[in-house]
Amino acid sequence: MAIKVYVPCDSTALSLGANKTADAIATEAKKRGLEIELVRNGSRGLFWLEPMVEVATNKGRVAYAPVQPKDVPSLFDADFLTGGAHPLNLGLTEELAWLKKQQRLTFARVGITDPISLEDYLAHDGYKGLKNALELSGSEIVKTVTDSGLRGRGGAAFPTGIKWNTVLGCQADQKYIVCNADEGDSGTYSDRMVMEDDPYVLIEGMTIAGIAVGATQGYIYLRSEYPHALKSLNTAIQRAENAGYLGEKICGSNHTFKLEVRRAAGAYVCGEETSLLESLEGKRGLVRFKPPLPAIEGLFGKPTVVNNVISLATVPIILDKGAQFYADYGMGRSRGTLPIQLAGNLKQTGLVELAFGATLRELLYDFGGGSASGRPIRAVQVGGPLGAYLPESQFDTPLDYEEFTKIWAVLGHGGIVAFDDTVDMAKMARYAFEFCAIESCGKCTPCRIGSTRGVEVIDKITSGKDHAKNITLVRDLSDTMLNGSLCALGGMTPYPVLSALNHFGEDFGLPANVKAG
Amino acid sequence: MTAELSTEQLTRVNAHIDGYRNVRGALLPLLHAIQDDIGYVPEEAYLPISKALALSVAEVHGVVTFYHHFRRHPAGKHILQVCRAESCQAMGSEKLEAHIKSTLGIDYHQTTQDGSITLEPVYCLGNCACSPAVMMDDEVYGRMNAEKVVELVKEARSA
Repeated sequence: MAIKVYVPCDSTALSLGANKTADAIATEAKKRGLEIELVRNGSRGLFWLEPMVEVATNKGRVAYAPVQPKDVPSLFDADFLTGGAHPLNLGLTEELAWLKKQQRLTFARVGITDPISLEDYLAHDGYKGLKNALELSGSEIVKTVTDSGLRGRGGAAFPTGIKWNTVLGCQADQKYIVCNADEGDSGTYSDRMVMEDDPYVLIEGMTIAGIAVGATQGYIYLRSEYPHALKSLNTAIQRAENAGYLGEKICGSNHTFKLEVRRAAGAYVCGEETSLLESLEGKRGLVRFKPPLPAIEGLFGKPTVVNNVISLATVPIILDKGAQFYADYGMGRSRGTLPIQLAGNLKQTGLVELAFGATLRELLYDFGGGSASGRPIRAVQVGGPLGAYLPESQFDTPLDYEEFTKIWAVLGHGGIVAFDDTVDMAKMARYAFEFCAIESCGKCTPCRIGSTRGVEVIDKITSGKDHAKNITLVRDLSDTMLNGSLCALGGMTPYPVLSALNHFGEDFGLPANVKAG
Repeated sequence: MTAELSTEQLTRVNAHIDGYRNVRGALLPLLHAIQDDIGYVPEEAYLPISKALALSVAEVHGVVTFYHHFRRHPAGKHILQVCRAESCQAMGSEKLEAHIKSTLGIDYHQTTQDGSITLEPVYCLGNCACSPAVMMDDEVYGRMNAEKVVELVKEARSA
């Protein structure tokens, strides 16, 4: 039997040359007359080691990383097909400390399977959640999701079950499930990984959601910057349809659920749920006033569940293993696990799924290995471009929604971006305003005008013009945006701005360690 | 000033429009189809789109101009997107941006004189574990530096 060799097809692995590595392995095997089966799996998420090649041996999968085409002949010389010794040999993949320390629930299959192989998905516990869901009533499914404690992983952390219950309770001739796959936050890529590396889990989660609330049509609103996810999802949807997991009479039941991917078009604000719905309807992505809630009047005016990719992709394991199994992970009111994404200036970047409660310090140093540059980590932005910048004194905060609220920060979508001591925090504050100005939908004044004025005020502060007056002004402006904006874009831009000012005042010309204002 | 559409391009645009007549929320998928095919969304398409989807020309124009992805003019042969977001900034993307601009002799939203490369900023490619990142057409490249980008541009130009 041909030996299985795995080379990831995840876009980060591709961005480091995984296709060239795969080609080199195939060519070298052919040259040597060796029969191998090349599998393009998802990534295990150890991105600092990509392209990571794995070989299936009778002891388990052995990892070699990072493998560039030039390394390939020597790997064959070292008999890597049977797990032979080589400087790049990392041992059994499952025994790697980085993976062993994690609690992978949502990401259970990611990196292990061939993403678009339905057989592989089924062989690794796929569609077990749906099978259970088909035995339950809609309200029983909703209760399971509610009891699991799952909260929206897109950033708002609203209880998923409660949202579903509202849609379930609405009478309508049509309801929708919309997946928010407009993952625009810098430092995040967990949605992308699920869609590229395990697309069926998202499809299964949306199907369960549809059956639970009585929705027969689903849309995945996918950002245009993710062409590989688009291909992976479309292939998986087609195969799921052919196998009777999507469409009419799902798995022989009376349930219908159809699914379509719609491409976004590069507007960050469309990650906001009402703006997303406008965009899906074919309009400018202007934020809607709430109420009405999308759960009551959503897409095309119909009751709509809008959930993030990770929320929906977590539903199958909850339905498979039960609400309690999931709720047993985590701390306080943050139940379950959070797929954390390590990014920016870190030595060991990648995907770390952990139960809520780990500290930022563990992530930055135990998993992240400290900064990539070797310089001290000075600031960390958690939760995307609208998240606060945290100084070292806050690195012991546990990752928990409520604990982060206490320090005026957010967990958001779980992205962690580290900066070393060369960062200029006044510049980062200016960038936060600039980004808001570029991406504002323009509907409300605090965001549309405030963002541009914010850039100007920061420029005055850094050039020393009416310094004290402008420090006060930027605080006033932030207050207006915080309280007067229609959505989180304008409403949360003050988080990076004010946290930078409060914790790194010296970069704004204030005395070090003295809080301004 | 818009570029003149050839008769053949116009036929293709109309074929796309026909394909989306009965789709709900058709405008974005239709604009994508047109841009994927001919490289941009020509103003000549606004009127037939508006008629087919029962919209005003102003609404079509409004949507095209709202989204950063849609271009109203033909682009170069290749699109080079450079990530400007925080993670890439933490890994020195600002210097990289400056280098790319000076190497190509253009700013963002411009096309090189030989028509080979259009340069665009982008706010996150989801490749934040390997910053700084750029995207050439549909492929992402991680851990970029000045030499690697020059090489990438050279490859694209000779392709």
